[in-house]
Amino acid sequence: MSTRESDLRGAAAIAGVAESDLGEVGPHLSSLDLIGQATARALDDAGLDKAEIDGLFCHSAFFQLPPVAAAEYLGIRPRYSDSTAVGGSTFVGYLRHATAAINAGMCEVALITYGSTQRSAAGGLVSSGTPLTKSYETPFGPRLPVTAYALAAARHMYQFGTTREQLAEVAVAARKWAQLNPVAFERGDLTITDVLASRMVSSPLTVRDCCLVTDGGGAVIVTSAERARSLRRAPVFILGAAEAHWHKDIFQMPDLTVTAAAESGPRAFSLAGLTPADVDVLQLYDAFSINTLLFLEDLGFCKKGEAGSFVQGGAIAPGGRLPVNTSGGGLSYCHPGMFGIFLIIEAVRQLRGECGPRQIADAHVALVHGNGGMLSSQVTALLGDESTV
Amino acid sequence: MGSDSVLTVADYTGEVHPEAVYQALLDHDVFAVHRCDRCGLAHYSPRVLCPHCGSTSLAWDQSDGLGTVYSTSTISPRDGEPYAVVLVDLDDGPRLMSNVVGIAAADVRIGMRVRARIVHRDGGAVAMFEEDRS
Repeated sequence: MSTRESDLRGAAAIAGVAESDLGEVGPHLSSLDLIGQATARALDDAGLDKAEIDGLFCHSAFFQLPPVAAAEYLGIRPRYSDSTAVGGSTFVGYLRHATAAINAGMCEVALITYGSTQRSAAGGLVSSGTPLTKSYETPFGPRLPVTAYALAAARHMYQFGTTREQLAEVAVAARKWAQLNPVAFERGDLTITDVLASRMVSSPLTVRDCCLVTDGGGAVIVTSAERARSLRRAPVFILGAAEAHWHKDIFQMPDLTVTAAAESGPRAFSLAGLTPADVDVLQLYDAFSINTLLFLEDLGFCKKGEAGSFVQGGAIAPGGRLPVNTSGGGLSYCHPGMFGIFLIIEAVRQLRGECGPRQIADAHVALVHGNGGMLSSQVTALLGDESTV
Repeated sequence: MGSDSVLTVADYTGEVHPEAVYQALLDHDVFAVHRCDRCGLAHYSPRVLCPHCGSTSLAWDQSDGLGTVYSTSTISPRDGEPYAVVLVDLDDGPRLMSNVVGIAAADVRIGMRVRARIVHRDGGAVAMFEEDRS
């Protein structure tokens, strides 16, 4: 008889997290070097030795056979490897995969890791793999990925009356959080007027509606709840996680105002036995300003079509009614191609109470939501401290 | 298969190379959708099985190319004219990415009725759209 997924609530926990150097690391560090930095720091955070890692979860656009390359670099010999590739959401999905593998006895200490030097090495987004299949989009000149998200934003504006000012509010809130995060890449003042007046990339999105292009790596160590309780830090438990994807290319998305988060969100909440009202802090993958609006709606924090007015007046900024992307997010903190792992790192730090001036008081439950591709892959995870299990 | 000069969807009955047939028809000024014999629904992009019901019994159906703009985004290149990248919902069912040509990019509106216009260029013909005023 197989285990029911809901039986895995709290069965695994995050024992260590770390970023590598972020921002612009220069030409003399590679993506694997950033993985090495982040892994060493996460092991130190957890109080574990490298030799104890026996599960490896890694995806990258920078090197082939990602777990094989990362394991070689780190000098580890994992008995379980996973290189699921669903875009930036991948790393949130690895929380679920690691939970399953640990619970099945296939590994005990799982390392999830990512590194990218896209700013220093490439100057722009580095995408995974070279497509050898025909594209039904590129002949028409979309500026991908921006145009895909712009088409969703334009449709949301048409259907629900969402305004560019409301989209800009998301970028301004992210910047205000980033001003409280010493390692955030963009920390200068930013107003709604600034966002609207910045260069239009693909209407209605300006460059300030778009995520940063930075370098960066991250590492997250997952182990059994029992093992995690014996380690250095207070464990952050994985209460429930769910994955969904309905399309790859934007022209195949059934309704550009409804993402597959409308499926992953309710499933994750059900597994965790929680509702949106239980969530103290949210980390939503803000590759573009429209993402945050779509995910607030699809995950049940407001009704469909109402996220524009929901975020107005600094509602998701510091001091607002719902803390979203407290690191500064992909819009202002860092965005090294795939941002998913950084959502987890910030959520863990919030639940441990380590966030200094941006710390949310009494944070017990965090929601992490990863996005991949062209609003394609959606992965939701609910994390909690000891009081939630 | 018929001559190169006159080509119709009938010439491709039973043909199982969907990408190549779609392109060959476009290159001969025929805009067609791939339709499932079992469930009757059309799909895009062309493929060997129906994404709706899974059937592999598919046929080419000449389309009138009429549709409605579902969404639009204007891109303004530093060294060229602004252009509109659109998603069009065909009356035949499927949605596709294209460009609306013949009017200023900024004048393209969601909800606008459009009709396919095949444009020949290097690398093969493509289906673009122009405003339908009929």
